[in-house]
Amino acid sequence: MQYRPEFEAALRVCPTCNYHDRMDAAERIDLLLDDPKSFVEIDADITAADPIKFVRPSGSYVDRVGKARALTNRNEAIVCGTGLLKERRVALGVMEFGFIAGSMGSATGEKITRLFEMARREHLPVITVTSSGGARQDEGLFALMQMARTTAAAARLRDVHMPHICVMADPTLAGVTASFASTADIIIGEPGATIRFAGSRVVKGTIRRRSDVEDHTSEWVQQHGMLDLVLGRQELRDTLAQLITHLAPVASLHHVKPITHPATAPN
Amino acid sequence: MLDFEDDLNEIRDRIDQLGREALEDPDSDVARELAVLRLELEARTADVYSNLTPWQRVQVARHPQRPHTLDYIERLFPDFVELHGDRRFGDDPSVVAGLALFDNISVVVVGHQKGRTTAENIERNFGMARPEGFRKSLRLFGLAEKFNRPVFTFLDTPGASPTVEDEERGQSWAIAENMGFLARLRVPVITTVIGEGGSGGALALGIGDRILMLEHSIYSVASPEAAAAIVWRDSKYAEKAAAALRLTSADLLHAGLIDRVVPEPEGGAHRDHNAAAENLGEELRTALKELRKQDIDTLVESRYTKFREMGEFAHHDTSTTD
Repeated sequence: MQYRPEFEAALRVCPTCNYHDRMDAAERIDLLLDDPKSFVEIDADITAADPIKFVRPSGSYVDRVGKARALTNRNEAIVCGTGLLKERRVALGVMEFGFIAGSMGSATGEKITRLFEMARREHLPVITVTSSGGARQDEGLFALMQMARTTAAAARLRDVHMPHICVMADPTLAGVTASFASTADIIIGEPGATIRFAGSRVVKGTIRRRSDVEDHTSEWVQQHGMLDLVLGRQELRDTLAQLITHLAPVASLHHVKPITHPATAPN
Repeated sequence: MLDFEDDLNEIRDRIDQLGREALEDPDSDVARELAVLRLELEARTADVYSNLTPWQRVQVARHPQRPHTLDYIERLFPDFVELHGDRRFGDDPSVVAGLALFDNISVVVVGHQKGRTTAENIERNFGMARPEGFRKSLRLFGLAEKFNRPVFTFLDTPGASPTVEDEERGQSWAIAENMGFLARLRVPVITTVIGEGGSGGALALGIGDRILMLEHSIYSVASPEAAAAIVWRDSKYAEKAAAALRLTSADLLHAGLIDRVVPEPEGGAHRDHNAAAENLGEELRTALKELRKQDIDTLVESRYTKFREMGEFAHHDTSTTD
């Protein structure tokens, strides 16, 4: 038996089975930053247009976006900004699964692209947290092209030696897995998160084969060599800070100042 | 093969029959009838092909007799030497890649490859590339950069292969790496959608300075079947999905997501491979000529800007979010 306040205090992780429940973007930001008040959101006003006038049996895309806005109080499926992680300023992009299954449309892609561009301009490390069903079908080829532009923007961090660390949360699928998320310098999976290229419905609908593996979890994906780490929520903040320190820019390899470890530092 | 061509095929059959009769009896007056029928076929073909529905276009784009990458290589890229393998795991026959001549310079050519017969399609995995196919391409893109050779890519796939083996070998990682690498490649890249441009599997070869599309080819966020499975929860709604996705060359040119539509011979590229290749060759030559004039820094920057601008979004005041 688990009571909600305890569960939430335990970062929505079950103490018995280590099940990591989905978190919304605000909870994530709270989890990762020193103080959520340090978070300065950017591009919060960017939202979806309706480039191909798409209508589903359940209603128009415009209606869908409207409902998602009301449900999440966000304008898009990602929240971007800067904040302090162990006193270091980082660029942070957290996907909001509650907004049309965290799917990536033009506005989502625009925000992700701007996040990487800001990081490149201001020399900030980037942390992304993905939770997405993939490309947003309702925008047709516009949605597919978001894979290209986000990946291209992420690739440019190389110019300024800034790291991109991606935390793949449940679920990370298709157009998001196969774009900026997978090109991160370091990729961390959350325990039990579903991470895959093709969802089971797509597999069945296209090659008429049942998916042979039911659980494409972080652990399974890591076994196959695609993830650097699988980390529980409790360890995430510390490890992210450690990694960012390891990858902090140096003037030249020949002039690296040795890191004085607190435990071995002379008094 | 294509049910909307039934009327056209009836006329074709009649022409064949009359042709045979004329051979047997040169004195008969079938010659006049033949001429009339040929004119009618031409007019009816033009009529059918100028009014194709999106779903009919999908069928033309998938026609087994449609020219595939190797058909264009044979006609446009002499001295082709196919290169194999990703030097990691294996060789994927659903992607062909190699060195060839184009306009008397050596270039790198990479494309998805479908088969015509069932046996060929099994061998080519129906043009659905595996991670090894994308990694072979990546290797060739690297080669192109090292030796300063332009790259031509040809897109023709229903989508990347989605089996568990592909997941195990990092299908998403392979696609993403290709896109990131192509985005920064320091040689000109010219991409053509020749049949089906399906999803991430197509885009993995599709980050180019010029994006051309054959008139009756399609390019889509997901194959109509996959989109139907996602949106309508059943792939049998593929026809509906095809109409809703705006996947035709005219739609995409209008949307500004592609640069040029390459006209196809009357009745579709599958009727006349040589004419289709001739049209494509002309467009490729023009594109290459333009791109070779640009210095490489400008070229790479323009490629970034080109994709940077692909998106339509709006602004919504957060303070009034309801």
